[in-house]
Amino acid sequence: MNTKTIKVDMLARVEGEGALYVRLKGSQVADVKLKIFEPPRFFEALLRGRSFEDAPDITARICGICPIAYQMSAVHAIEDAFGVQIEPQMRALRRLVYCGEWIESHTLHVFMLHAPDFLGYADVVQMAKDYPEVIKRALELKKIGNAVIALLGGRAIHPVNVRVGGFYRIPSKRELAPLAEQLKWARDAALETVRWTAGLPFPDFEYDYEFVALQHPDEYPFNEGRLVSNKGLNIAVRGYDNAFVEEHVPYTNALHSRLKERGAYFLGPLARYSLNFDKLSPLAQEAARAAGLEAICRNPFQSIIVRAVEILYACDEALRIIDGYEMPDRPATEIHPRAATGYACTEAPRGTLYHRYRLDETGQILDAKIVPPTSQNQKIIEDDLRRFIPQVLHLPEDQLTWRCEQTIRNYDPCISCATHFLKLYITCEE
Amino acid sequence: MAVQRKPKLAVWKFASCDGCQLSLLDCEDELLEIAGRVEIASFPEASRARVRGPYDLSLVEGSITTPHDAERIQQVRRASRFLVTIGACATSGGIQALRNFKDVKEFTSIVYATPSYIDTLATSTPIADHVRVDFELRGCPINKAQLVEVISAFLHGRKPNTPPHSVCIECKLHGIVCVMVAQGIPCLGPVTHAGCGAICPAYHRGCYGCFGPMETPNTAALSRRWSELGASRQTILHVYRTFNAQAEAFRKESEVYEH
Repeated sequence: MNTKTIKVDMLARVEGEGALYVRLKGSQVADVKLKIFEPPRFFEALLRGRSFEDAPDITARICGICPIAYQMSAVHAIEDAFGVQIEPQMRALRRLVYCGEWIESHTLHVFMLHAPDFLGYADVVQMAKDYPEVIKRALELKKIGNAVIALLGGRAIHPVNVRVGGFYRIPSKRELAPLAEQLKWARDAALETVRWTAGLPFPDFEYDYEFVALQHPDEYPFNEGRLVSNKGLNIAVRGYDNAFVEEHVPYTNALHSRLKERGAYFLGPLARYSLNFDKLSPLAQEAARAAGLEAICRNPFQSIIVRAVEILYACDEALRIIDGYEMPDRPATEIHPRAATGYACTEAPRGTLYHRYRLDETGQILDAKIVPPTSQNQKIIEDDLRRFIPQVLHLPEDQLTWRCEQTIRNYDPCISCATHFLKLYITCEE
Repeated sequence: MAVQRKPKLAVWKFASCDGCQLSLLDCEDELLEIAGRVEIASFPEASRARVRGPYDLSLVEGSITTPHDAERIQQVRRASRFLVTIGACATSGGIQALRNFKDVKEFTSIVYATPSYIDTLATSTPIADHVRVDFELRGCPINKAQLVEVISAFLHGRKPNTPPHSVCIECKLHGIVCVMVAQGIPCLGPVTHAGCGAICPAYHRGCYGCFGPMETPNTAALSRRWSELGASRQTILHVYRTFNAQAEAFRKESEVYEH
């Protein structure tokens, strides 16, 4: 048997380090392994014995791209344990800072990590030579997302202002006004981004996935809701551990997740969008329709358009929140620790992020469980590769490799998160 | 006319959250200009393209936590003219250095069902424990203005201007009222290296030391003040044991409060 190995040094334009191994038998894909070798950092272990107050600052360090997601899941889970109710304006501010993270993280992925795949560039710097205006607009849009986080959080990466019960310092209505001006520009830029991404070339590739995301009766999901799917899942977040299971497989440092009853499932923008289309703002719905999307999108390559729609929604929602904002009397609700277990899911840019904390009566963390979206998406990424590779097998090796990378990048995998580089190895047996 | 070769910049990642290298992509106003001045020769988070070394300037993010990474940092050093560490992980071992105070086997079994699959060192150590480092940029995360300053300084052959004084000086420079004196909020500012812009006091909370210790900090005096303000021994232990726990001044002071 003739065996041939294609080795590409590293899967680029993902956050973290991983490798992909593909074994082909003729035109059949015999095996696919997405291997995450980002070194383990043991967050769940090092949280033990720490005060509940440390959780948002420490878990933020799992990921520099989506620290707000970690802070939000941490504070909501701990508030759930302590039976704390957050007042509506505080909740709105949390939603606002999350909008900033979606704008920043999605813009980074759409233009700097994903778009170069569609247009055949190695990176955004190369792409900027031919698309100077597009990239200039992208950088400005990303900057505004970061400005939202920096105003509410103190800085864009590992913000310092989020705490259990609320914030350390809350902004006045006047402080938010200049942000609104920037966000109006950003909303137009986001609308343009939806149009621009819709014009990219997409392979014909659809699958009837099980989409999983939060769902809320009145809003597009950020911080709360029930966990639902298009195949019958509908549970309170507290039921997460009963519905999902994590497995430790030998080839990766990230635990694999699956639905106990049905196996692989799909998290992230495509899932959120397809389960919550009717909760998008009218402007975002209209832009999605004009871009040729239906209310459900099953082509993972089109996730780039859906991310653009979510950027647009986040700008729209941020403006709505700023418009209705009244400064609360105090920056945080008083916290009274009690011995309990708390659960939360929030919607990180890459999908649902689950935190669970068991705390004692002094507020010390006894144990913690954190399940990031990328580790939950590992199985579906492998499944996509298994299905997609036969479509592109006729391509020259370098093109084939690039298409595999693009398939992985559809999920904006954040490998730093998933363990808390991608080398690509393809073995062909003729 | 001879064309001057653009200096080659490389970005390397070890155990980390990616936030410090993201700071480079977060330089929205400067990114394209930087890309015009240097050849971004290796930056996997941002580009598929890789140019072979040697590299004029290597930015290293993350700490050394696996046998493989301990080898890899030696290769990075050999391929680099200047090597600059960016952030608390690379400079002092990062949050993952909390394992250094515990049994890593226990840590592995808490997180992973099959610990034998995991290849990890017992410690998380800074880059300077393994190879010669030309400059260390502090912060968890680094300040992107300081990153631009460091890149610019190395390109022009001068020393980076990153003041080594404490966060207290930054509060004074920004006109921020001292949270410890005025409100009795325990603050690590007096012993913490400047660079963040004193954002925690500006947001009405005490500094938590994410830039690590300043030069010759008086940690003992500060810990006494924390005790007077009502901080428990455990609180004091934990505040030194966060993102720069392995930095010598913080490690030694934390050990005083261990039992």
